[in-house]
Amino acid sequence: MNANIKDKAAIVGVANTEFSKNSGRSELQLAAEAVAAALDDAGLKPSDVDGITTFTMDTSDEIEVARAVGIGDLNFYSRVPHGGGAATGLIHQAVMAVATGMAETVVCYRSLNGRSGHRFSGGVSGDITTSDAIHWGWYMPYGLLTPASWVAMFTQRYMHLTNCTKDSLFEVAYTMRQHAASNPAALFYQKPFDRAEYNAQKKIVDPFQLYDCCLESDGASAVVITSTERAKDLKQPGVVIKAVAQCAAADMEVMTSFYRDEIAAIPSMDIAAQTAYSQCGLTADDIDAAIIYDAFSPIVLWQLESWGFCKHGEAHDFVMDGALRLDGRLPTNTHGGQLSEAYIHGVNGIVEATRLVRGTSVNQPGKTINHALVTAGVGVPTGGALLGTMDTL
Amino acid sequence: MNPEETQAFEEKIYAFIGRENGPPKKGHDAVNEPMIRHWAEIMGDESPVYTDSEAAINSSKGGIIAPPSMLQTWSMEGYSMAGDFVQDVQRGLHNVFDEHGYTGVLGTNTTTEFFRDLKPGDEVTAHTVIDSISEQKATARGIGYFIETVTTFTDQDGEDVGRQVFRVLKFVPADGDASASSESTDDESPAAPTRIASPRGHDNGWWWNAIDEGKMLIQRCKNCQTLRHPPRPMCGECQSIEWDSIESSMEGEVFSFTTLHYPKIPGYDYPLCCAVISLNEGTRIVSNIVGIDHEDVTIGMKVKGNIEQVDEKTMLPQFYPAQAGE
Repeated sequence: MNANIKDKAAIVGVANTEFSKNSGRSELQLAAEAVAAALDDAGLKPSDVDGITTFTMDTSDEIEVARAVGIGDLNFYSRVPHGGGAATGLIHQAVMAVATGMAETVVCYRSLNGRSGHRFSGGVSGDITTSDAIHWGWYMPYGLLTPASWVAMFTQRYMHLTNCTKDSLFEVAYTMRQHAASNPAALFYQKPFDRAEYNAQKKIVDPFQLYDCCLESDGASAVVITSTERAKDLKQPGVVIKAVAQCAAADMEVMTSFYRDEIAAIPSMDIAAQTAYSQCGLTADDIDAAIIYDAFSPIVLWQLESWGFCKHGEAHDFVMDGALRLDGRLPTNTHGGQLSEAYIHGVNGIVEATRLVRGTSVNQPGKTINHALVTAGVGVPTGGALLGTMDTL
Repeated sequence: MNPEETQAFEEKIYAFIGRENGPPKKGHDAVNEPMIRHWAEIMGDESPVYTDSEAAINSSKGGIIAPPSMLQTWSMEGYSMAGDFVQDVQRGLHNVFDEHGYTGVLGTNTTTEFFRDLKPGDEVTAHTVIDSISEQKATARGIGYFIETVTTFTDQDGEDVGRQVFRVLKFVPADGDASASSESTDDESPAAPTRIASPRGHDNGWWWNAIDEGKMLIQRCKNCQTLRHPPRPMCGECQSIEWDSIESSMEGEVFSFTTLHYPKIPGYDYPLCCAVISLNEGTRIVSNIVGIDHEDVTIGMKVKGNIEQVDEKTMLPQFYPAQAGE
């Protein structure tokens, strides 16, 4: 079953607020600023927008953002659950709305005071009263409370079964930081590290040390999506959505899918990748650059396998060849990623993927980028999108 | 403080960066054997190179040396209550913090480098610079700033003999208690924190209730006999909602594990080893691995569980390495 969405919609505007440890203003204000800036980037007026998508986790209601920005009537609004797993889910919702005519122009946003407000590294607690409290109850009494600890459980198993070592975790974290070091918007601008500094960081959970773990930051990102027809008349070169897919694979738990036969892989992303490739006929060989969700260093490795850049279990060798670097096979996270630019739940990654296809990244690789991949957070139900230039229509 | 006030405050404190903490301070006394002997006695350090001149001459040191960790003492100004209380630059900086509510102070860490051994007769001079002040940090103690001073120690010839970096946190005590600047002297000790308990609902309460009674159960479909964990209301194999349970042997092996170091959540002991365990019955469970150094835990290791009271309020399965031969 192939969804008929290929080439129906395009990203025409993107924006981030500045990233910081203390924004000094509300998440609603950050959202409004990012949305207004993305519309400005697109050369559109707020009144052109008739659809909005965001995260269920976002504290800024669509209608509040619409009122703040001066967006008029909304014909479409939708939210995607599962934390960072929603990143490309925003595109998923927007593209379906545009492709079916439910909306003409959709703006997607994510806004969080992830450092000065609620911090994800603090983990879950007995105070939560959501419907999945019982799920967390299987882990909280033992102290398995934090995102790092959940991902570490998969990582240790993966390292046990493959030749993956700290060398490839370092290579991922190091490369992201190199990119951030030359990105003035990144929180780690001009702060590269070497292996000795990486090794000297405090232990978080085995095998992770501090630099294997993403930032916590304040900021907002927004993306404007409209039809490819309309995109041709707009200010920026449109970035076509060739494919977008999401998946919650069988026997899924939020962050703790420990009960599958094998856990050294992420089947949700494997399936989302297959779905996306079959929507548009592209293969891994067609992808020139990637934005791969990097809340923790090893999750980049698994997604490289999911998207077919290397075989399952062989990501270590792939990245040790320098594939993720600007002159490598697959320049990855050229903004610095969630590890070193900012943690805006992957929506800053959609902004950067758009720039890569436009050719305007601050770390634009030397080669032509016709197609770029952008993925959402893993461990949760997840997804990804394949973007292309207007020339690929 | 509003953003403008914060900015004005930060301008004041950051103006201290790079300033010398007054002129270099020369020690009152040269390095001398009596003070070395007092120090060695108090520290219980019986190394003969500090006190036995004959043994010291025959050692690689060629004579008595001062314990390296005495470095800072040779240039200390003495007890302030016994003499003039010097209003140096560093105290001026702390006053700025105090005036803005950052009354708490906590020495967080220090690193010292030693470039050569000090011998009786050496004269030590300390030269301190306020090297850096961090951006605002949210710490467990409260909002604050880390101040780093660097002290260079030189000898009578002006040669560097050591270097010390000292880091303190100046913070707004989180509970507004100004006495946070000294160690807590509460005579009423609060209840020890306990582990975070699972909420108990219709689908899981029975499992935790059995743990409280010392039994670890595994849910079983009454229709197709498939075991399942964690419990859920319907069998994924045959969609039956009828179920009972069996008691687990609590024997199995480590499927994966990780050891947690940071952040440290109250109620738990760190390093804390958590594992996914494949039980012999075929289901998996997450628990702790105890009774073994976490660095010795391996995937595939055989384990055996007990149900234990781990704190005042919590009964929990805990897994140990299986005894050889079991």
